[in-house]
Amino acid sequence: MNGYADGFWGAWVLIFTFDPALYEIILLSLQVTVSAVIVASLIGLPMGAWLAVNRFKFRRYVIAVLNALMGLPPVVVGLFVYMALSRAGPLGGFGLLFSPSAMIIAQVIIVTPLIASISHQTIRDLWAEYHDLLISMNATRGQRIMALLWDGKRSLLTATLAGFGRAIGEVGAIMIVGGNIEHATRVLTTAIALETGKGNFSFAMGLGLVLIMIAVIINLAIHIAGKTERASTW
Amino acid sequence: MKRLLSTLMASLLATVTHAETLKMAVTTSFYNSGLSEILLPEIKADLDLDVQLIVVGTGQALRLGVAGDVDAILVHARAAEEKFLAAGYGSHRREIMYNDFIFVGPTADPAHVEKAETAVQALQYIAMTEAPFVSRGDDSGTNKKELALWAAANTTPEGDWYRAAGAGMGATLNVASGMNAYTFSDRASWLNFGNKGGLTLLFAGDPALFNQYAYIPVNPERWPHVRYDLAMQLEGWLTSDRAQTLINAYTINGDHLFTFNATQ
Amino acid sequence: MVSILPLTLENATAHMRGKKLVGPVSLTLAPTGFTMVIGPNGAGKTTLLRLMHGLQRCSGGTVAWALPATEARTRQAFVFQSPIMMRRKVRDSLAYPLRLRGMGKAAALEKASHCAASFGLAGLLDSWAPMLSGGEKQKLSLARALIIEPEILFLDEPCASLDGRATREIETILQQAQAGGTRLVMSTHDMGQARRLAQDIIFMLHGAVHEQSDVEPFFTSPQTTEATAFINGDIVE
Repeated sequence: MNGYADGFWGAWVLIFTFDPALYEIILLSLQVTVSAVIVASLIGLPMGAWLAVNRFKFRRYVIAVLNALMGLPPVVVGLFVYMALSRAGPLGGFGLLFSPSAMIIAQVIIVTPLIASISHQTIRDLWAEYHDLLISMNATRGQRIMALLWDGKRSLLTATLAGFGRAIGEVGAIMIVGGNIEHATRVLTTAIALETGKGNFSFAMGLGLVLIMIAVIINLAIHIAGKTERASTW
Repeated sequence: MKRLLSTLMASLLATVTHAETLKMAVTTSFYNSGLSEILLPEIKADLDLDVQLIVVGTGQALRLGVAGDVDAILVHARAAEEKFLAAGYGSHRREIMYNDFIFVGPTADPAHVEKAETAVQALQYIAMTEAPFVSRGDDSGTNKKELALWAAANTTPEGDWYRAAGAGMGATLNVASGMNAYTFSDRASWLNFGNKGGLTLLFAGDPALFNQYAYIPVNPERWPHVRYDLAMQLEGWLTSDRAQTLINAYTINGDHLFTFNATQ
Repeated sequence: MVSILPLTLENATAHMRGKKLVGPVSLTLAPTGFTMVIGPNGAGKTTLLRLMHGLQRCSGGTVAWALPATEARTRQAFVFQSPIMMRRKVRDSLAYPLRLRGMGKAAALEKASHCAASFGLAGLLDSWAPMLSGGEKQKLSLARALIIEPEILFLDEPCASLDGRATREIETILQQAQAGGTRLVMSTHDMGQARRLAQDIIFMLHGAVHEQSDVEPFFTSPQTTEATAFINGDIVE
C-alpha cells in the first residue's frame, strides 16, 4: 500500500517539475493522436454527412457496417496493420512499421468509424429538421451538405472529441505497430504498460494521472460543446 | 487553425526523420536489466547512431528478423539462433556477453528449492509440491531455457500451479510477486526489478543455467534494405574494449550483472 | 420577365404509403391574387400546398407551371406552419437564401440587414434564431421567404400558434407583399383571417376541392351544405 502512496506523490513531482522524459512522451502522444483525429475527421465527418443526406440502394447496410466497425477490437486492427506494413507484407516497401506514422494509420482506422457514425447520426437528425426548408429553397446536394456541416458544427465537434478520447487511451494497436520504442514511438499508454511491467510505479502513475487529466478535459469539452448546442436551440 | 495544423505536422515529421537510425530487436531480459540505458547514450556519442530498440521475446525478435522489419537482433537462445542462421536470415552470430538464470520464489520456500543441488532438481521439487510457478510462456530465450530444463527433468508442467503469463520478464516477475509464486528469471532482470515484494533469490550456480547473449545482423542478401553497414558498425562497438568496460562495470547495488565474453 | 404563373393542376393526386391524401384536384392559379385554402383538419390543405410547391410528390395527374419546373422552382417560397429555424443568427439566416443564389457574403449580409427593418427584425439581427419567440420566428421565416423576391409565396397556417399582435404584424406584411405583386397562397383555420385577406377561396374536404369561388360569394352564399356548416363553425365530417 505504501508503494502506491509513494508512487502517487512521485507522480505529481514528475508532472510539476516538467520531467523531460515524461513530457517527451506526452508530446508524442498528442502528436500521434491529434494527427490521427484530424485525418479521421476529414474522412469521417463528410462521410457521415453524405450518408445522412443521400438515399441509395444499400444505404441501410452501409450504415449497419459502419456501426459494426465501431466495435472493431483495436488490437485486431493493430494486428492487420502490422501485417500489412511489415517488410514481408504488401505495404512493406514504405518502411512504416515501428514509426509514429504506423501508429497514426492504426488509430485512423480505429477512430474513423466512430467519428463517421456520430456524424451520421447528428447530421441525420439535423437533416430531418432542415429537410423541407432546404428543398424548398432549392439547395443543391452540395449546398445541403455544407449547410448541415456548418450548422451542425458543434455536434460534429463532439464526434471529433469522442474520437480523440478513444484514440488517446488506446494501447493494443499502437503497441503492436509502433513497437513502443523509447524516444520514437513510446506514448502515454504504451509507456504505462511498460513501466508497470518494470515495477516503476511512480513513473507509471505520473503517466496515468496525465492521461486521466487529458481524458477528463476532453470529456468536459464534449459536455460543454453538447450543452451549448442544446442551449442555443432553445 | 491552419498554422496550428502545419506546426503539428511539421513537428510530427521532425520526429520521424532521424539521423542515422538502426532498428534492433532485443529480448525483454536484456532490456529489463537496464544495461541499454547505459549503452545507448554511449553508442550515440561514439557512433552518432540512434539505436531504436524493439523489446520483445526472443521468438518474436527472430521473427522480426525473418520479416526484415529490423536491422539486427540481440537474443539468448542458441538453438533458435542456429536455426535462424541456417535458414539464411542472419549473416553471422557474434557472442557478446553472458549472465545466468536463477530461480526466485517466496522467502518461506515451501518447495525447498534452496536445498536443490541442480536446476533440474529445483524444478522437480516445485512440481512435486505443486507450488505456484509463473512461466514466461512467450517463446522467449528464457522460456525456451525453462522448457528445456523441464524436459531434462522428464516432467511436463501442467496443472493449476503452473501459470504461463505470456509476457516479458518484468511483467512475469510482477505476476510472480503478486502471487507470491516461484519463477525462472535471468539475474539481470531480477536485480533491476523494482517490485520484488516477498520474493528472494533461491537458486543459482548450476552450469546448466548459463545464459549467453548473441548479436546477429539481418542478412542483407535476404533483405537488401537493412542497414547492414550500421549493423556492422554497432557490432564493432559491442565487441570493443569500450563496451567491455561498460558492460563489466554495470552493477546494481554492487551486484555484477553481465560478463563480457566477445572474442576479437 | 416571363412569369411562372399560371399554375395548372390537372387531376393531381398525392399518396403516402399507398394511402391517398389529396386528389384528384384540378385547378388553376391565376398570375395575381391572394388565394386562401380553408377546411377542417385533415382535409388536405397542407398537402395541397406542398403538392403545388413541389415538396410533395405528385403521384398522379400533373402540376404544371407556365415555365419549366427547374426555372419555376427558383421563383417560389414557402412558409411552414412550424417555423424551421436554421441554427444561426438572424442576420445569417436571412442572408442564407441569397448566398444559395450565389450572392457574395458581404453583399448578402448587407441586404439582410436592410431587409430586417421592414419586418420588425432590426433589433434582433444578432440574436440566435432558434431562441426567438414564436411570432419573431414566423416573421423571420416570412422575411427569409420574401428576401429573394419570389413570384409566388405559399404559407401553411403561419399564424396558427401566434398571438393577436404577431398575427396582425404578419397580416400587414402579407398585404404589403400582395400590393407589391407577389402571388399569395395561404391556408388558414381562421375564418376572420380568410375574410380579411383573401381574394378567392378554395374550400377543401376529404382531400378534394369541395368548393372554390371568390371570397365574398363564398362567405355570403356558399354553394354546399358542408361549406355552410364550416362557415357557421359547426364540425364538418
